[in-house]
Formats: sequence, C-alpha cells, structure tokens
Amino acid sequence: MSTHTSHLEQEHAVHTDHAHAHGHDHDDHEESFVSKYIFSMDHKVISRQFLITAVIMGVVAMVMSIIFRMQLAWPAEKFGFINAMLGDKWGKDGILDPNMYLALVTIHGTIMVFFVLTGGLSGTFSNLLIPYQIGARDMASGFLNMLSYWFFLVSSIIMVSSLFISDGPASAGWTIYPPLSALPEAIPGSKLGMTLWLISMAIFIVSSLLGSLNYIITVINLRTKGMKMTRLPLTIWAFLVTAILGVLSFPVLLSCALLLIFDRSFNTSFYLSDIYIGGRPLDNVGGSPILFEHLFWFLGHPEVYIVLLPALGITSEIISTSSRKPIFGYRAMIGSILAIGFLSFIVWGHHMYLTGMNPFLGSVFVFTTLLIAIPSAVKAFNYITTMWKGNIQYTPAMLFSIGLVSSFITGGVTGIILADSTLDINVHDTYFVVAHFHIVMGLSAIFGMFAGVYHWFPKLFLRMMNKKLGYLHFWTTIISAYGVFFPMHFLGLAGVPRRYYTNSNFPMFDNLVDINEVVTVFAIIGALSQGVFLINFFYSMFRGEKAPQNPWKSNTLEWTTPMAHLHGNWPDALPEVHRWAYDYSKPGKDKDYVPQTIPLSEGEDDGGAH
Amino acid sequence: MTLLVILATLLLIVAAHQLFRVIELSRKLRKTQEWQISDADNNLMGRFLLVFLILFLGFFFWQVERWFGRSLPPAASEHGQKVDLLWDANMYLITFIFIVTNCFLFWFAYKYRGNSKQKAEFYPHNNKLEMLWTVVPAIALSFIIIFGLKYWNEIMKLPKSEKRVVIELYAKQFDWTARYPGKDGKLGETDFRQISGSNAVGMDTTDLSGNDDILVKNEFHIPVGQEIELRMRSRDVIHSAYLPHFRAQMNCVPGMITFFKFKPTKTTAQMRNDPYVVEMMKNINAQRAKNNKEAVEFDYVLLCNKICGASHYNMQMNLIVDTEADYKAWLQKQKPVKTVALK
Repeated sequence: MSTHTSHLEQEHAVHTDHAHAHGHDHDDHEESFVSKYIFSMDHKVISRQFLITAVIMGVVAMVMSIIFRMQLAWPAEKFGFINAMLGDKWGKDGILDPNMYLALVTIHGTIMVFFVLTGGLSGTFSNLLIPYQIGARDMASGFLNMLSYWFFLVSSIIMVSSLFISDGPASAGWTIYPPLSALPEAIPGSKLGMTLWLISMAIFIVSSLLGSLNYIITVINLRTKGMKMTRLPLTIWAFLVTAILGVLSFPVLLSCALLLIFDRSFNTSFYLSDIYIGGRPLDNVGGSPILFEHLFWFLGHPEVYIVLLPALGITSEIISTSSRKPIFGYRAMIGSILAIGFLSFIVWGHHMYLTGMNPFLGSVFVFTTLLIAIPSAVKAFNYITTMWKGNIQYTPAMLFSIGLVSSFITGGVTGIILADSTLDINVHDTYFVVAHFHIVMGLSAIFGMFAGVYHWFPKLFLRMMNKKLGYLHFWTTIISAYGVFFPMHFLGLAGVPRRYYTNSNFPMFDNLVDINEVVTVFAIIGALSQGVFLINFFYSMFRGEKAPQNPWKSNTLEWTTPMAHLHGNWPDALPEVHRWAYDYSKPGKDKDYVPQTIPLSEGEDDGGAH
Repeated sequence: MTLLVILATLLLIVAAHQLFRVIELSRKLRKTQEWQISDADNNLMGRFLLVFLILFLGFFFWQVERWFGRSLPPAASEHGQKVDLLWDANMYLITFIFIVTNCFLFWFAYKYRGNSKQKAEFYPHNNKLEMLWTVVPAIALSFIIIFGLKYWNEIMKLPKSEKRVVIELYAKQFDWTARYPGKDGKLGETDFRQISGSNAVGMDTTDLSGNDDILVKNEFHIPVGQEIELRMRSRDVIHSAYLPHFRAQMNCVPGMITFFKFKPTKTTAQMRNDPYVVEMMKNINAQRAKNNKEAVEFDYVLLCNKICGASHYNMQMNLIVDTEADYKAWLQKQKPVKTVALK
C-alpha cells in the first residue's frame, strides 16, 4: 500500500511543478473555455455540472408533481395552469388527461429517484468530496469521470425529450412492470415513450457505472499519506459503499431493461406469457413478469440506499462539524453503513410479497428486511447523541441535517410495518407506502442534498450562500414537506390505492377530499418555497460573498486547499493526515477544532483508532 | 393575459434585483459577513426548532383526531382480525418511537444551541450505550418478526377445507369477472387462445367440466363463515385484487394463477349496521350531498391496486357477503356459461 501511495505522490509532484510554473491562481489559464467548463476532466467542474443538471431536472419533476397533485385534490376542476403546461392534447380545457396523469407520476418518480437523487446527489458530492477529503489531486480517471457526466446529460436530455412526443412519455409507473410496459396496446406510453425511457436508463446506467468505478478506485488507491480507512470522514465511507452498491446492482437493472427491450422489439418472451390484448392472443408463452420484478428490485432496493447513504454521510459530517463535537460512535457508524450496504442486497423481495412469489420466500425477506432496522436505528441514535452537550451552530446546512434525522426516523418507523408481510397485505401499493418512501427516502435524501449544497457551496462556487434565505428555505420546506407527506398515511389507512387518477369513483373515498386538499396546498407552498432556494443558489453563485478559507471551522482536508479552483487541488505537496476527522472540542486544545493535517501531540489518542 | 404574466414576472425580477442591490450595499457599509452564525441566530433557530417540535406533534395529534376515524372499518374476515391486532401493536410501538426520538432530537437541538462562551463536550463514543441501542431494537424486532411470520404462514397456508368455496377472479383492462365452478364443483380449464367476444375469460371449450361454470360481472356474492379461495388470473397486464375490508390482496399475473384465501365474518347487512360503518357512511353521504351525488349504502368492494392503464382508477366490482341460505339462493339463479354451445 505505502509503496503505491508514494508512487502516486511522485506522479502528483510532476503535476505540482507544472502548477508552480504558472502561479497558484491561474493554474489552468491556458485552457480554453470549452476544455475548462464544458469537456472538463476536473472533478470540481464535473461536480458542478452534475449539480446544476440535477437542479434543473428537480424543477421539472417538481412541476409535474404539482400538476398531478392539483388533479388529485380538485378532480374535474379546470386549471389554466394545467392547460398552459400541457397544451390542448393532454390538458384540454385545463383538465388533466388520465394517460398523462400516469405519465407524470412515472416520469416524476424516475427523475427524482435516478436523475436527482442518484445522479445529482452522488454525482455532485462524490465528485466534489472524494478527491478533496482523501487528499487526492483528482479522480483516478478524469476522462472516465467526464464521460460519466456526459452520459448522464445525454440520458437526462432523452428522458426530458420523451415528454414532447405525440404518444406521450412512458407511463407504466417508475417501476415499469411488464406486460404494461411491454405492450404498446396496453397504454399509449408504452409506445415510443417507453423505448426512450429504456434508452435513457441504459445510458444512465453507463454513466452511473463509470462514476462508481472511479469513486471506488479513487478511494482505495489515492488516499494521501496517513489517510487510513479508519481516518476517512464518514462522507467518504458513505460514498464508497454507495459506489459499491451501484456497481453491483446497476448491471442487473441493465440486464432487466435489455430483456424488456428484447420483449418489446424482438418478440422474445422473457416476461410475457398467455396474453390476449388488442383483440388477439399474443404468441409469447413461457415468460413471467415475476422475473422482471426480481431483476428490477435487485437493483431497486439497493437503489434506495444508493440514494440515502450519501445523504447520511453528508449529514454525519455536518452534524459533527456544527455541533462542534466528534461524531458519536465513529466505528459503529462505519459498521452500520457496511451493514446497511450488505443487507440492502438481500431484502429486495419485500417489494414482492403479494406478486405471486412463493410465500415462504416472502418470510425470508421479512426477516432480512427487519434486520436493516438495527443499523438504521444505530445511526439515528448516534446522530442524536452527537448533538447532546454540543455547541450547535445553526447554519442552514445544520438545520437541513436535523430535518434529515427527523424524516429518517419518521419515515423509517413505518418501514417496520411495511417490511412485515402480514401487515403489508393491506397497505401494499396504497398511499401508506407513498408516505413511507417519500419521507424516508425522498425527504431525507433531498434534505441531505440541500445540507450538502449549503455546507459545501464555498468549495463548489467559492462564494457563500445567503444565510437568511437559507433559513427561510429550510422552514418553509420542512413544514410543507411534512404537510404533504404525513397526511398520506391516513389516506393509506383508508385504503386509497396509489396511482389512481381520481378517487371519486369509489364512494368509500368520498370523505377523504379534504385530506387531499391539505396535501396539495402544502405541495404548492413547498414548490414555491424552492424558488427561494433557486434565487439564493444562482444569485450566490455569481454575487455571493467571497468565501474565506474555512468558514465552518471544519477538520477535513477540503478546507486546507486555497479558495480557488486549482487544477490538482493543492498548489504544493499533498497534505499529510495525522488524525481522524472528528477532533472537535478536544480537551487541551486552544481551538475547538483540530484539522486532520495537525500532527498528534505526544500521548494523544487518535479518535478513529478505538 | 400571457402578456400580463410576462410583465409581472419581469417586474418581480427587477424588484428582486433591486432588493439584492440594497442588501449588498448595506452589507458593504456594515462590513459584516452575512453568512456568519451569531449567538442570536443560534438562539432563534434553537427556539424555532423547539416550537417546530410542538407544532409537529400538535399536527400529528390533530390529524389522528380528525382523520384516524376515516380508516377502514375493523376487518370483516377471520385472519383480518389478527392482522388488525398485529397492526395495532406495531402502530403503538412505532408511534412511541416516533414521538420519543423526535422529542430527543428537537429538545437537544434547542438545549444545546450554540453560544460563543461555551464549548462542546468531547464525547466520541460509549460502547455500553451503543450496545444498548443495538440490542434493544434487535429484541423488539425479533418479536415483530416472530408474530409477523406466524400470521403470514397461517394466512398463506394452502386451503384445506373440503367445504371451501372456490372462485376465480379474472382481471382484464378494466374490469373484473368472477367465475364459480357450478354444480360439478370444478372450474373448467382455460386457454387464452380461445378468448373471443363470446368467450371473454378464455374457457377451454374442449373441457366439459367448464360447461356449468358461472360467470358474474359487476357484483359477486360469497357466503359468510366459509373459507373462500380466490384464484386469480389476468388476461393482459398485471392487476391486483385488493379487498381492503377483508385485509386481502394478491396480484393477478398473466401466465400464472395466484391464490388468496380468507373467511368472511360479517355479511354485508351486518356490516351496514356496524356502528363504525354507520358513522362512516353518515360522513360519506354528507360529503356526497355537498357534491350533489346521491346517498349510498355500504358495500364491500374489490379494487384494482396495481397500475394497469388509463382506467386503473375505475376498475372495480362490488362484493356481497350473504348468509349461507341467501348465497345458495343467489347461486341458483345464475345461469351456467354453456361452453359446449360456444364451440
């Protein structure tokens, strides 16, 4: 290991000399605009590219959610807004078309899960923080990293372009279960729209794999001197495990999608059997949609943790820094990240208790799924204990981190219900599930992402975001988020199925109108309050206050690089690490933080070692 | 109209721009750094977080008070009563965890809000504490797992009762058909290639045991107190047969037959007199009156609960639970499908 590191050091030294020759601030002045900002191989630029693309995709998905929420609260009501957004074809007289409704929920889910919370979250922060926090000049392969972003952008463009075709985009739900997704006769969205969805996702998977391989290799090989695995910040641990999950599970989604492409285009029968549709029996026999479900959820469940773990890592870092205390139970936190990562591969069947899968297999998945509650509980308790007797500095990032812990608990506990196959029978595919995964996965991951943006904005754009707007954004967001998703539990208790265009065709749901109205009103408030974030984000990017060296008085290595976008990150030699990342308020030190680059004094314990 | 919107947006942008200019200038004058967190900020945010906790819990109890009564009525099936029991136990447990942990979180957030005069306590780990909150959840979970699996195995066990009533639910875009085995007690074989306008569920016309099968649409009947075995098939895409009042659900998958068994404990008539249901229907009918819809009586209903296409939201069939005698009388009146005639 050590010889390897020194070899890399030499390589970097060459780089450094080059940097010196041109002065510190204008390291890359000879690069053209195109190579610097567009086809850049620099991890910081790529990180910003991912973030801005994800923000745009997030806005698209959010507007969609407002359209279908308006339909759900006020069905048959005419809205100029809906007509303006969707035109006469899908929003005639301002009433949403039922097929378009399904398309909107499908693309909303797809964009949020993959493009915002996978590409956006992992892509932004793994890229930004892995080289910075482990003390590397850049990713192991800048070229693959660049490709990763460009594949991501192409897949985003294809996904968004599918909104503009005449049959409408894919509309079989984000889980695209065949035969609905395989048969163009079944739903208009399964014509060209589904083809585009599959192409877009295949490209997305390539992007994700290129990124993840790079993250893993970088973390394993390019750690600077002294950066032992037990000294890594928890962000890096989370990104590493996330990347491993991605590498192991996304190829399965690719095969899942490929077989679906074959069934759709080449008349194979992987997922199809005994089907009569469009006035004729199909030739396909012998396939099974259950196979698709297994393949899909073999990715689908790790995907939940691919979304969540980076957010948890980011939060660990921010809660510790802002509480001015070491993260409580550093080793237990690593252990629980690893346990969650491992368990996430053997729980996928809990999405399938009622699909016709053998019930005995279901009971195995009940057992494994409920086990995951243990490391999750450890994480939640450790966060809370980290705040205990802290000296909490309320940056907007810290507020969002607390929001994350709250939503992680609130949404997590209902997972205990849904993991239990017996209890799942009656709430499976109802709004109870919608409430559960939006709170535990959606809110937590989005809160983590916001926390990360507020905390690392200085490293992303060298400027500070506006604090007061950040506060406003946090409060409006958390209030409206709970206002949207908490009432959905009660819809689920009343048995309302998800993906219903309207609930008005069942008298048993007639007394739930006001719940749907509350949800939609909060959704609209929540969406508008994201405007506060967008203003703050884009304004601060150009006009925010100049960032100082280490605004949050943090220990990690990214704050030891100059506040400039240097190619190679450190103008001189790479920093050497002497301690873990969490020496906050350590007794006997004059400041309440000790950066990782400060050598241990005589007889001093290294935190990560025990 | 559009012009007005554009104008208003432009004005807003200009106003925002001016506002930021003012903020920027005043910042320069005061030479403070806006982003720095002062003790006043910490105090304010810490207090807000405490207030938020109170509002959050208030909102929770308000919702429970107002909306919990709109939950599905108590289960009308034998296994459903056990499901409800387990549900309640789990719900109390997680509500407790939800409230207690959120209280700790926001209380600490308030109590330990930062102050420039104080220093945090260096407290990196405590093995005993960590062991405690690994072991306690593990014990609680093992109870949840044991009871959950016990009931699950009972519910999913293959039906044995000789007297059981077998009914096939046939799903297609976007309706349900129920098929009864008829006098011979045997459901006839099916073949999807034989589906046609007059043979909607694809009866195999070469199988005589299907000749007396009975097909029902829009509404089907089952007897109370007997084990009902539902066999599910689908013609086109995945559907899900969801009978929420019985705590019963199973997907209908093209190419295979799926099962769910349950024993109804209350007839439709009994259910209509159940105090919980009476109260619920009163509210429902009050709401319907507001929307100029006619009043309705309680009915059990079968819903589709797996996205299946444009009219997914309206794929339903009523279900009547009869007394044994009423059920027999109803069944007598149904005409057999006469597959022989289809040939």
